[in-house]
Amino acid sequence: MGVKLLLDKANVPGIRTYDVYRREGGYTAVEKALKEMNPETIVEEVKKSGLRGRGGAGFPAGMKWSFIAKPEGVPRHLVCNADESEPGTFKDRYLMEFLPHLLLEGLIIASFALGSNDTYIYIRGEYAWIPDILEEAINEAKANGWLGKNILGTGFDCNIHVQRGAGAYICGEETALIESLEGRRGNPRIKPPFPAIQGLWMRPTVVNNVETLAAVVPIIKMGGDEYAKIGVGKSTGTKLISACGNINKPGVYEIDMTVSVEDFIYSDEYCGGIKGGKQLKACIPGGSSVPILPANLLLKTAKGETRYMNYESLSDGGFATGSMMGSGGFIVLDEDQCIVKNTLTLARFYRHESCGQCSPCREGTGWMEKILMKIEQGKGEMSDIDLLWDIQRKIEGNTICPLGDAASWPVAAAIRHFRDEFEWHVNNPELSQTSNFGLQHYADPIHVPA
Amino acid sequence: MSEQILFKVTIDNITIEVPAGTTILQAARLVGGQVAPPAMCYYSKLQGSGGKCRTCLVEVSKGSEKDPRPMPKLVASCRTTVMDGMEVKNITSEKVVDARAGVVEFLLLNHPLDCPICDQAGECHLQDLSFEHGKAGTRYEFQRRTFKKHDLGKNIQLHMTRCILCYRCVFTADQLTNKRVHGILDRGDHSEIATHIEKSLDNEFIGNVIDVCPVGALTDKTFRFKNRVWFLKPMDAHRDCPTCAGRVTLWNRGDEVYRVTARKDQWGEIEDTPDGKTGWICNTCRFDKKETSDWIIEGPREISRQSVIAQGHYAGKIGTTKPHETFEAVNGGRQPHLLMDIHDESEVNKPSVHLGQIHGPSHGDTFNNTNKA
Amino acid sequence: MGMQFNETQMTEFKRLVARYPEGKQKSALLPALHLAQESFDGWLSTETMDYIANLLSIEPIEVYEVASFYSMYNLKPVGKYVFEVCQTGPCMISGSDNIIDYIKKTLDIKPGETTKDGVFTLKLVECLGACGYAPMMQVGKIYKEHLTKEKVDAIIAEYRQLAASKN
Repeated sequence: MGVKLLLDKANVPGIRTYDVYRREGGYTAVEKALKEMNPETIVEEVKKSGLRGRGGAGFPAGMKWSFIAKPEGVPRHLVCNADESEPGTFKDRYLMEFLPHLLLEGLIIASFALGSNDTYIYIRGEYAWIPDILEEAINEAKANGWLGKNILGTGFDCNIHVQRGAGAYICGEETALIESLEGRRGNPRIKPPFPAIQGLWMRPTVVNNVETLAAVVPIIKMGGDEYAKIGVGKSTGTKLISACGNINKPGVYEIDMTVSVEDFIYSDEYCGGIKGGKQLKACIPGGSSVPILPANLLLKTAKGETRYMNYESLSDGGFATGSMMGSGGFIVLDEDQCIVKNTLTLARFYRHESCGQCSPCREGTGWMEKILMKIEQGKGEMSDIDLLWDIQRKIEGNTICPLGDAASWPVAAAIRHFRDEFEWHVNNPELSQTSNFGLQHYADPIHVPA
Repeated sequence: MSEQILFKVTIDNITIEVPAGTTILQAARLVGGQVAPPAMCYYSKLQGSGGKCRTCLVEVSKGSEKDPRPMPKLVASCRTTVMDGMEVKNITSEKVVDARAGVVEFLLLNHPLDCPICDQAGECHLQDLSFEHGKAGTRYEFQRRTFKKHDLGKNIQLHMTRCILCYRCVFTADQLTNKRVHGILDRGDHSEIATHIEKSLDNEFIGNVIDVCPVGALTDKTFRFKNRVWFLKPMDAHRDCPTCAGRVTLWNRGDEVYRVTARKDQWGEIEDTPDGKTGWICNTCRFDKKETSDWIIEGPREISRQSVIAQGHYAGKIGTTKPHETFEAVNGGRQPHLLMDIHDESEVNKPSVHLGQIHGPSHGDTFNNTNKA
Repeated sequence: MGMQFNETQMTEFKRLVARYPEGKQKSALLPALHLAQESFDGWLSTETMDYIANLLSIEPIEVYEVASFYSMYNLKPVGKYVFEVCQTGPCMISGSDNIIDYIKKTLDIKPGETTKDGVFTLKLVECLGACGYAPMMQVGKIYKEHLTKEKVDAIIAEYRQLAASKN
């Protein structure tokens, strides 16, 4: 069993309620932070921990906190990004649903560190039942003196508010989220200025993912240095992985980032192997926007080394032969899955979620979807594959926000690693409608542990 | 006034000094010519505009003197301010040229090729952009996007299919009128300019959306299908208007005023009035004053020689200057000469032979037989 | 017919607005539209949107812009219960296509349509963040996960009954 810092108490009956959470040692981190530490030492501790943003970009959280501007007389805000919408990702939902007080604890500490008296949780609109859970937890915390005025006699006031989104993946992008929180369309802002200078209502703002904020709790409890000892290299601490697709045990797992990808997929502690005894074909290891990897490159890097579930190892080889940790949405595809069809559904997703503000993304995502549909339906031509490649290349890096990249990468990786499957669709229009390319990519059958 | 801080910036190997806070695009426009990146959504007179169309992307090969690292991605020059010692590549960057060609292709993807019936043709920024940076053909083979038609009232014609979603008209309504009734509805590739409730746009200053629209999405209904802009003679004129500055360009044919617009500068933006304010004009001036007697005519409007509007009319100001580019001038002093005298080559049509003496009519067989022989 | 929040709804509306600083009441727009949609037959008519604009002292177009941007707001009338079935990658590889086909056949409607009795609307949506419990759909506030044909039958029966009991 690996180390558990976030989900260690997840199975305690009633942990969702304040009383049980408190009895299990809850809110001691808030006590420590507010009584024994000050905002600067908290930021320092988070910096030392090496905690990286858990939303997908992996930016060092302590550094992000230290960027916040502190102009005299201007309120600052902490915003919790709970707009979890990246296909394959459902870890934040789990945290909020089952451990709402853990998130609140992290939020109170972070609000104290950043000087945010009004902190907002922006949660995706579809998680419609979770705001009720969070608000109940907020009321409990308030009733017990952890929120409200003059918390623990420190003179620090803090209120946490929950706002629901209304169905827009783009609001997971921090400036789009801020726009949405201000009651506008979720159009990402053009940066600079960054939120740390001008964010919510043009005030200095930090936007952090749910899991990032929850991880602040163990960091304060054990100290940044101790936290940094867990894991490996720059992948410190633990990470929540939401595993889904064709596996025996889909779910949310906490790993300490020293587990190998192979163990993660096949061991009973985690995914429990491929469903129905089938063979592994490919995997998208960090949420739909990161590059898909064929089984051989997933389990071992191009150098032939074991690949591990951490930031560095998953991205080993760059985009040519590696992928990314991303948000931790681990999507496993078995031998029966069609890469073209899978890529098509993702392209459709990104077209649907493009805000439409900038031209490469607005026009390019729809174009890619149409071409993929054509190929999938067996009406494609060889030149379409090259065209797809060129379109994604022209979107990537040229848009206002990372959605353009997120839409390009899955298409690029699918062509990069599974070009023969696309060609098979072009060459076998009838067959592609009734059968599957299967595992023909692999000269050697893939090793499946018994 | 305190001393202005000046930053040195090099764009396409040309170095200039500009006040701190200047954007790359503004700096490049000071250099002028091809160094200035094209801009479809940025409009210097509209606060908050820019950043969306991505045509003005440039490469920053050196961030600043202090931090010389290049920027990892191409940046929107309209929204990026210069730093001291910054080095920028516009047309000297292959990456930029490639990306820009991509952006042009994206902008044209769903744009109807209805230029022959579009009132904007001849003064359309998308036409210019595709001519300068685009490719001749399209690789798009699917049906183009269409929209339900919306009526914006008696003065403004909306062609949503032509819209490139630059948001300029939204900013205009926000910043010039006290009550915006149109906006961007829906999202992604279905986004559209609309009012949602079929309301007409009738604020006294809303007509300016026509002038800021870079394409033919918003055009003057009172001018619709009346004439082509290149057949008209633009004349600067003014009137004593109680609402606006009343400084306009009249688009005439003979004595007839076909259209009234604000005066635009070389970047296609509305010029400032002498008091330094943007020369927005009111609806009365634009739509209702269509007699020459309404106006005091100042003289011909200067139009860029490259513009199609200048074709067939004049170079420089109307009728005042002769073209400098004679055949002799462009051919390096050589006079035109006959390359071939047809009479030396052909048996037919000899000047000495009277046409009535030729037996005819002649046809292909005769010709072929003669040649075979 | 004047569309107005009743007393309870108005209290809730005021609570939503109170979360934001003075003068930033526009921030309450998204939650206010949710409340309005729940209060007025599950969709947002122009009249409803104008009402919200008035309550928040903003221009109606600002409401239309926002309401049309977010996929959860219905700008047309819908059935009593909306089946929002996820069709994105992870659900697709777990068999969402079969579920969608089955619902289409069983209810005899296409995506975007409402059954003749006005009880069900079928909507195809993109990822709802339940990838580990695929295939799935959302009905109102609730997620229905690990769908099978049998489960779909049971869900339809459940809501039919609920609809009948409310009539």
